[in-house]
Amino acid sequence: MTTPALEVVAPAGTLAALRAAVEAGADAVYCGFRDATNARNFPGLNFSRDDLREGIAFAHGRGVRVFLAINTFPAATAPALWRQAVDDAARLGVDALILADIGLLDYASTRHPDVRRHLSVQASAATAEAITYYAEAFGVRRVVLPRVLAIPEITILTNAVTVETEVFAYGGLCVMAEGRCHLSSYVTGQSPNTHSVCSPASHVRYEQRAGRLVSRLGAFTINTFAPEESAGYPTLCKGRFKTRDRTGYLFEEPVSLNVIDLLPALKAAGVRAIKIEGRQRVGGPMWPRSRQPSATPWMPRPQGTPAGRTRWRT
Amino acid sequence: MGVHLTLGPVLYNWPASMRRDFYFRIADEAPLDTVYVGEVVCAKRAPLFDSYWPEVIERLQAAGKTVVHASPILATGQEGRLRAMGARDFPLPVEANDVGAIGMLRGRPHYVGPFVNVYNPDTLAVLVRQGAVRVCLPVDVPHQALAVLAGAGAVEVSVFGRVPLSISARCYHARVHGLHKDSCRYVCEQDPDGLDVTTLDQEPLMAINGVQTLSHAAVNLVHVVADLVRMGVGAMRLWPQAVDMTAVAQVFRAVLKGREDAAAAWHRLRTLVPHLPFVDGFFHGVEGCTLVADHA
Repeated sequence: MTTPALEVVAPAGTLAALRAAVEAGADAVYCGFRDATNARNFPGLNFSRDDLREGIAFAHGRGVRVFLAINTFPAATAPALWRQAVDDAARLGVDALILADIGLLDYASTRHPDVRRHLSVQASAATAEAITYYAEAFGVRRVVLPRVLAIPEITILTNAVTVETEVFAYGGLCVMAEGRCHLSSYVTGQSPNTHSVCSPASHVRYEQRAGRLVSRLGAFTINTFAPEESAGYPTLCKGRFKTRDRTGYLFEEPVSLNVIDLLPALKAAGVRAIKIEGRQRVGGPMWPRSRQPSATPWMPRPQGTPAGRTRWRT
Repeated sequence: MGVHLTLGPVLYNWPASMRRDFYFRIADEAPLDTVYVGEVVCAKRAPLFDSYWPEVIERLQAAGKTVVHASPILATGQEGRLRAMGARDFPLPVEANDVGAIGMLRGRPHYVGPFVNVYNPDTLAVLVRQGAVRVCLPVDVPHQALAVLAGAGAVEVSVFGRVPLSISARCYHARVHGLHKDSCRYVCEQDPDGLDVTTLDQEPLMAINGVQTLSHAAVNLVHVVADLVRMGVGAMRLWPQAVDMTAVAQVFRAVLKGREDAAAAWHRLRTLVPHLPFVDGFFHGVEGCTLVADHA
């Protein structure tokens, strides 16, 4: 028996990015509506209903599937927005819904049982028991695994569950369990869970102080940089802080995730798809000009990004 | 039935004798209805207190407290342990702190802890349908949502203690000490309230507790207890800190019984917890690190 090729799931922050991803050879693209229902609710990004209709027609015309992320937790005070998003996505013919909230999974599986359901990484399903629960209770068919899992763990999990697994191949690295992190809202009042953003740009400031560039989030200094250093984006988990014994990157260095060198291992582990992060990146990820076969290492590696590290153990 | 006052699991790596004595005093003197026990942060710490649990649980139960076994926040290979603790030596009700535990407990009565994302009535309804008898809401649910959720089911709200903000597979206590998680020497035992983390400008911000990160400040909602009662919140949770928690519980109980007003209670808590600033931002839907109340 031959294992199927790894499927490449590419991000689309805009209709133009969707077209580019389809042309570049993605097997599926994922996108979100232009509101609080998706975890990348940035200004100027995401899809209207008409955009989605057009995007689905374009992608399906070329044999590419479209997934819609409705992967935030519905607000208790306005659940209709999320239910409407599920209903509209089903009506427009998405190939899968990417969901995180238990109540919304229940709603989607009851109202639209025929629309495939994937579990968002925001649900932080990191054990076979958790994945099995989502599969049994809500008919989830694929789960996006947390970014911090290493290959051996991915292999064990993939073999222990009956649903497909998808892993992040490129993008930011969350070192905290996704969907269970309140660091951003502690400092800014907004987090992926509550406002669909982490460390929102509206709360970021850079200022010069004594010859160093200071990055601030909310009311706090997250890092300072010498003139020759490149300044990172101030998220709490990748800042420089002090304890009585040590000053530095207490949680994580400001690096990204890139598993290009691990693609054969991921395929051997039984992983069904790799996911590229970056719906919010300006201009989208850098696609090659010509269509290439899936799962070949065509993604550029940013400078300073260590290759093939899915986890830094401490 | 009045509002329940509860004690969350000890999140820090307190030496076994300290933890035992803490629970004995809680059992004998603290006006609490429910005490959640178990090691929820770190699997490596769990065996350190195993031999003490039976006598601690017996003493708490003898004092009339409901004892609930809280499951790990990040369940990595602890499922067997959860089953054993819940069912073997001391059959206890279980609080699920991750979705895997909910899956295992589905169909029989159980509790759901604040590390499961319950932000709306639909999710609450699914959990209740599956057997949840009480759901402790996440730490960042603002009051408008609390009111909706409290009207929809039996919910609990965290009202005191450092706020658990994140959990990771990596141990930051070990990292700070230049150690590996696998050979950590249990350095987290040195910090009974967590290891203070400041910004480069020396502003206190967070606390490291092994694989967990908490707020530097402690949430204190004693001034809105009456609002929570009015909303229909059924239980209020105190998170253990290395302070006189019996006295903290007495303050909250006095306010619940209407024997002490909010301002006086706030000042008593200020005296009991001199080393931690108080915050209430999450309740008000703003930055968790802020204090909106003007009692300070």
